[in-house]
Amino acid sequence: MITKSLYQEVILDHNRNPRNYGSLDNANRSAEGHNPLCGDHLSIKINLSENLIIDSITFQGESCAICKASASMMTANVKGKTQADAETMIKEFRDMAVGQLEPDDDHHLGRLTVFVGVRDLPTRVKCAILPWHTLHAALNSITTTSTEADDDPMHISIGNAS
Amino acid sequence: MTPIESSLRSSETSMFNVEQIRSDFPILKLKIDDKQLVYFDNAASSQMPKVVMDRMLRYQTMEHANINRAVHYLSETATAEYEKSRHKLKNFINANEDREIIFTSGTTDAINLVAHSYGRKFISSGDEIILTVLEHHSNIVPWQMLAKENGVKIRVVPINDAGELLIDEYKKLFNKNTKLVGVTHVSNAIGTINPIKKMIKFAHAHGVPVLVDGAQAAPHMKIDVQELNCDFYTFSGHKLCGPTGIGILYGKANQLNRMKPFKGGGDMITSVTFEKTIYNTIPHKFEAGTPPIAAAIGFGAAIDYLSSIDLSTIEAYEQSLINYATEQINNIPGIRIIGSAAEKVAVLSFSVDGVHPHDIGTLLNQEGIAVRTGHHCAQPVMQHFKVPATTRASFSFYNSMAEIDTLITGIQKVQKVFL
Repeated sequence: MITKSLYQEVILDHNRNPRNYGSLDNANRSAEGHNPLCGDHLSIKINLSENLIIDSITFQGESCAICKASASMMTANVKGKTQADAETMIKEFRDMAVGQLEPDDDHHLGRLTVFVGVRDLPTRVKCAILPWHTLHAALNSITTTSTEADDDPMHISIGNAS
Repeated sequence: MTPIESSLRSSETSMFNVEQIRSDFPILKLKIDDKQLVYFDNAASSQMPKVVMDRMLRYQTMEHANINRAVHYLSETATAEYEKSRHKLKNFINANEDREIIFTSGTTDAINLVAHSYGRKFISSGDEIILTVLEHHSNIVPWQMLAKENGVKIRVVPINDAGELLIDEYKKLFNKNTKLVGVTHVSNAIGTINPIKKMIKFAHAHGVPVLVDGAQAAPHMKIDVQELNCDFYTFSGHKLCGPTGIGILYGKANQLNRMKPFKGGGDMITSVTFEKTIYNTIPHKFEAGTPPIAAAIGFGAAIDYLSSIDLSTIEAYEQSLINYATEQINNIPGIRIIGSAAEKVAVLSFSVDGVHPHDIGTLLNQEGIAVRTGHHCAQPVMQHFKVPATTRASFSFYNSMAEIDTLITGIQKVQKVFL
């Protein structure tokens, strides 16, 4: 069962020592993400350059290890990328988490495939996705987002998270 | 019988054979990925013994038709069995009359019924309702909806750091505008047993009726609504080894009689014309439409099953479980128990330093252990203890000491992963 490998050393390490954790003074994009089902929340701050490159990105918040490690690895991976590349990764990560993209398929996720195991734990999919969800909101100047909002493009409706 | 013989006998009957009890519950034999299931999510929903399943199957196989309708054999049988269940529930909580037992879809439905049928008739602008910090969202939100609609004020009884209600503060909340007290008998999040008998007496001295949410109490202790003297008491079948979709609202007949109906439809009327409809008497006034008949009959069978074990035996055994679990968990460094009321049921809510409850829940699941993690639909309790969520192990009489050992080992494994 893939679940057994969800808490791999790389995830535990990012949970213990999250990268890009903290605030960002010169941020020009930011968003707050909430998962009302478990009370987890995190904020993401970005400095997006004029030519739409993520120059810097930080996150802060209170969450489980899966969410925190996902946020840490996400920030490390999208830093220096264009907004368009980040959006591609957001979509790919979401697809992987819900079983619509396999680690062997073509993608840009790199080591982020370590989160593939969440697809076996429907209640934990949202933990892994929340940072991506919030990143999408920040890039699109939506200041708050929720895993439970009906109009959210990242919303996983009941029955879809298989 | 000599006194010695008699005391031997009583110690024999109080001997609780948990292995024999466990064999009544087919699901307890289940394996989760090769690990023996350890079911500690009983506060969310309890498991069902085979006798209850068999009873529902027998009903569906040999007794089913709609109730209160036709003159044929099946309809009469179904009606009689449905009403027998009502009678069993009446005896179970020592209500005065069968008609004081209203079948609802569960506790939430029952509270909504009272908020609508009592609240919207007797509580209006400027009036106040007293609730407590320990309430489940189901005993908060229906009242907030009423408050918003009718301009009613909600006042809240605070708790101390053990998770016990501050009764002096409760008493201070009463004034001439107080119209209702809504209180949970037992906290679902942390297990506190509230001193409801005292609270009811005090409320009545001020002419204020009391609704008791008994969802977490009825599975664990003998309830006597006449002794408590509450105006309303409610609980759900699926937390008492019965099926989902069924529960009861107990209400004193004089209260139920003066309330307006909740849902309109068939069965709740005596006659209908487009000019005028005459409502049926209680309990039918509050049971519009075809009820979940099989579930109601299954609920009755569950009550028979629990009564055959005896609630005081269950209570004593569960107390030995919580005492053992508390002692064992206190031996593990880095664990904080949330809720340490002097009087509590077998619910153990805790946090582990440096580990989020959801990670604990997922890792314990890998050991076959089912616990609840989250805010337990009781966010005000979480806010008091300044935690976003807890891990909750809630025990039932079919749990064993050995299962608690498995939980303790599981928690230690979680701590190792996050070292």
